[in-house]
Amino acid sequence: MLVSIYRYNPETDSKPSMQEFEVALPEGKDLMVLDVLALVKEQDSSVAYRRSCREGVCGSDGMNINGTNGLACITPLSAVGGSANKLVLRPLPGLPVIRDLVVDMSIFYQQFEKVKPYLINNTPAPAIERLQSPEDRAKLDGLYECILCACCSTNCPSFWWNPDKFIGPAGLLQAYRFLADSRDTATADRLADLDDPFSVFRCRGIMNCVAVCPKGLNPTRAIGHIRSMLISQGT
Amino acid sequence: MAGYRSISFDAIIVGGGGAGMRAALQLAQSGHKTAVISKVFPTRSHTVSAQGGITCAIASADPDDDWRWHMYDTVKGSDYIGDQDAIEYMCSEGPQAVFELDHMGLPFSRTENGRIYQRPFGGQSKDFGKGGQAARTCAAADRTGHALLHALYQGNLKNNAVFLNEWYAVDLVKNQDGAVVGVIAICIEDGETVFIQAKATVFATGGAGRIYASTTNALINTGDGIGMAMRAGYPMQDMEMWQFHPTGIYGAGTLVTEGCRGEGGYLINKDGERFMERYAPNAKDLAGRDVVARSMVLEILEGRGCGENGDHVKLKLDHLGEEVLNAKLPGILELSRTFAHVDPVKEPIPVVPTCHYMMGGIPTNVHGQALTQNSAGQDEIIPGLFAVGEVACVSVHGANRLGGNSLLDLVVFGRAAGKHIEEMLSQGIEQRQVSQSDVEAASERLERLNESTSGESVPALRAELQQVMQNHFGVFRKGDFMQEGVKKLESIRERLGNLYLEDKSATFNTARIEALELQNLFEVAEATAIAAEGRTESRGAHARDDYRERDDENWLCHSLYFPIDKKLGRREVNFSPKTVDTFEPMVRTY
Amino acid sequence: MDMVTSATSLSRSGLSDWIIQRFSALILAAYSLCILASFLTTPEMGYAEWRALFDSNLMRIFSIFTLFALCGHAWVGMWTVGTDYLTERQLGGGATAIRLVYQAICVLLIAVYLLWGISIFWGS
Repeated sequence: MLVSIYRYNPETDSKPSMQEFEVALPEGKDLMVLDVLALVKEQDSSVAYRRSCREGVCGSDGMNINGTNGLACITPLSAVGGSANKLVLRPLPGLPVIRDLVVDMSIFYQQFEKVKPYLINNTPAPAIERLQSPEDRAKLDGLYECILCACCSTNCPSFWWNPDKFIGPAGLLQAYRFLADSRDTATADRLADLDDPFSVFRCRGIMNCVAVCPKGLNPTRAIGHIRSMLISQGT
Repeated sequence: MAGYRSISFDAIIVGGGGAGMRAALQLAQSGHKTAVISKVFPTRSHTVSAQGGITCAIASADPDDDWRWHMYDTVKGSDYIGDQDAIEYMCSEGPQAVFELDHMGLPFSRTENGRIYQRPFGGQSKDFGKGGQAARTCAAADRTGHALLHALYQGNLKNNAVFLNEWYAVDLVKNQDGAVVGVIAICIEDGETVFIQAKATVFATGGAGRIYASTTNALINTGDGIGMAMRAGYPMQDMEMWQFHPTGIYGAGTLVTEGCRGEGGYLINKDGERFMERYAPNAKDLAGRDVVARSMVLEILEGRGCGENGDHVKLKLDHLGEEVLNAKLPGILELSRTFAHVDPVKEPIPVVPTCHYMMGGIPTNVHGQALTQNSAGQDEIIPGLFAVGEVACVSVHGANRLGGNSLLDLVVFGRAAGKHIEEMLSQGIEQRQVSQSDVEAASERLERLNESTSGESVPALRAELQQVMQNHFGVFRKGDFMQEGVKKLESIRERLGNLYLEDKSATFNTARIEALELQNLFEVAEATAIAAEGRTESRGAHARDDYRERDDENWLCHSLYFPIDKKLGRREVNFSPKTVDTFEPMVRTY
Repeated sequence: MDMVTSATSLSRSGLSDWIIQRFSALILAAYSLCILASFLTTPEMGYAEWRALFDSNLMRIFSIFTLFALCGHAWVGMWTVGTDYLTERQLGGGATAIRLVYQAICVLLIAVYLLWGISIFWGS
């Protein structure tokens, strides 16, 4: 199989280029893209990419696979879109490239940190856990599962244009995860922090985030919920 | 070469998983100058893959639950070489540590009355084994590790902890007094090598499952802490004790939580028989993991395995119904569909025992202080070095860890070490003296690799190492076969000295990291092999065909592997809990 | 954040901007429907009929109201477009100046259209 990989090493390359590798695939096995990358790395140890859990829960290996953002470790070759016999791997779009498939995620993490992604509750903690009904807990489903892989935010045009001001789908999903948590008491402050023209309102409902989330989450819906909360709080 | 820049902290924590971040949180709250050095962004650590839950007697599922029952189970599960003072500490402090996680925001699943949901796990009982199956594992669906790791990272953000993310610790720096004074570390992004000095160095580097070809462990689980400590000359405890998780997905190695069996799933052989009823009539599929894994291998060896090659068994879940599976085990549905191409709602999942957890590690006391042994055979604290989590052997797991006890181990001992260091720092200790030559000594391995001009390839040697471990030190072990394995490892060590780093670039050079990791994997593998060959009995996860019985007369003790002379020694097990009577060794049946 | 972040948005609040845009869109839609309805209910729409329609004060007020809605809608939209594409990230160092010129032109145009519109409806 032909694998075309985005190559850039700032020490030796003045600009990035695509390099092609011919990889022999084992018979009768539907490899994951990450397995193919490991085979490429056996040929050329200088190919750089991130990986850790290799089962889609750590969020390390988000990359652009034949034009679509996804996790290399849970994308089987059979599910790769585009031209059937060629695998094209590029770094996640919209973020500075450190080397090859490794992007600088600082700005993505900064946006995540901006939403105060932690539980705030200034009432004294009880001797046991803070009680929460199963119904209230169910409100966190579809939110807490985010793995911070950045597939969504780097697929979002609004995030491309204003990555420093628009929080982006991943950060906003987390913002809502805490707004929705019955144990959190900072709702008003959280909403006040989001009520500028950029943080939330640059979302245009394009839904690119939903289309690529490897965990099947729906940031657009969460953003809608935040807007509703802002409206009902503002009126 | 050793003109490295140096940075200095009160305490550094190597590893950003559950244990490291729990320790970091404690220190961040105390205001001491602390940094977490993590080779991956913290939420990419392997804790994220833990599924089923965190076992702890919080008395939610059963209002009468008692941490002493949990302690009994853990001691029994350990096949009696878990240290009872440490187990007592873990089980009694556990509830507080778990409640703190809830207060931090961990989204635990809930019961109708709003408390944390607890599910049954293997090896759990009420009333010291006399009251039947307990449900003691606190869960956030089947993503407890993910929820826990993110909650801890969030807690650290809230407390402004300092993270050196994508920094790789290469080796320990020791001074002339033998005290640990910090580490040499590489900033992966730009390749700069730095000496990071600290009054306390905490290893929270996790496990090393990648010594085996088939493992549930992340690719980053390469035993870096073990490698560093062994090169510094410190002994390792109980390295022969490796847990094989009964249910790794056949072919892929991906973990399928014990919670599946806790929720009512069970294993079947090719005849569709629920075979665990024969091996463990009472606990059945919820016997200790070592017991279940061995039973599965026996089924396969006796020709009752599933599939064309009869080399696996199956985990049946479909009888639980789609609704229960969606609510309780959504992650398993995902993983199974992706990696086994099987929908558990309709069909059983093909599974096979898979390397999962390292019970052994750096011996420590309950404060996380790393220990060595003096010539008189007594424990001695290694000044400046701490270890918590999977890299440590405190030892709460002994010869076999119970499901759900690893997450508890992480938070309880991460917290304990943090508290101890906090107290130590508050008493005002100074940075220890360190000389240029101390730093140079620690950088030797890295420099050698950087100067290599030809030699062995990393991926090929790694694959070979993993195959040797898989074949010679698996679920069942045999003396002559292990000796053969040890010989093969000797030849790998020779070739390892000749490792070749082709790519010498500085920027995000993952080839360099992988080469350094391979050397750590090897140290772990060799310690495992020699300890396994040396323990002439069967206990917990260590099952020998040539010594089938537990030998309490000779081996009711820890093994202690000394890396410099490659000798196996012994260390006493603690049988003196502070507040309860000793649990005396008994025959272990489920 | 540079000076144009919120200082030049209409309301300094994303929520208000968002509401202005949605609310003004409703007015514009209602007005369009109204005009459409008058065409449909008037078989032969000539100058006289058209003139008569706008002779009613109700229609004039509605029109002025719509004009304001249109201006608000346009400003929020144009400002947003400008802060998406005319930024330093897209254009480099001179972006702020370019954006200010662009915004000035938008303001000027909108103001001209507004005054012109008012004079048309109210002038005679």
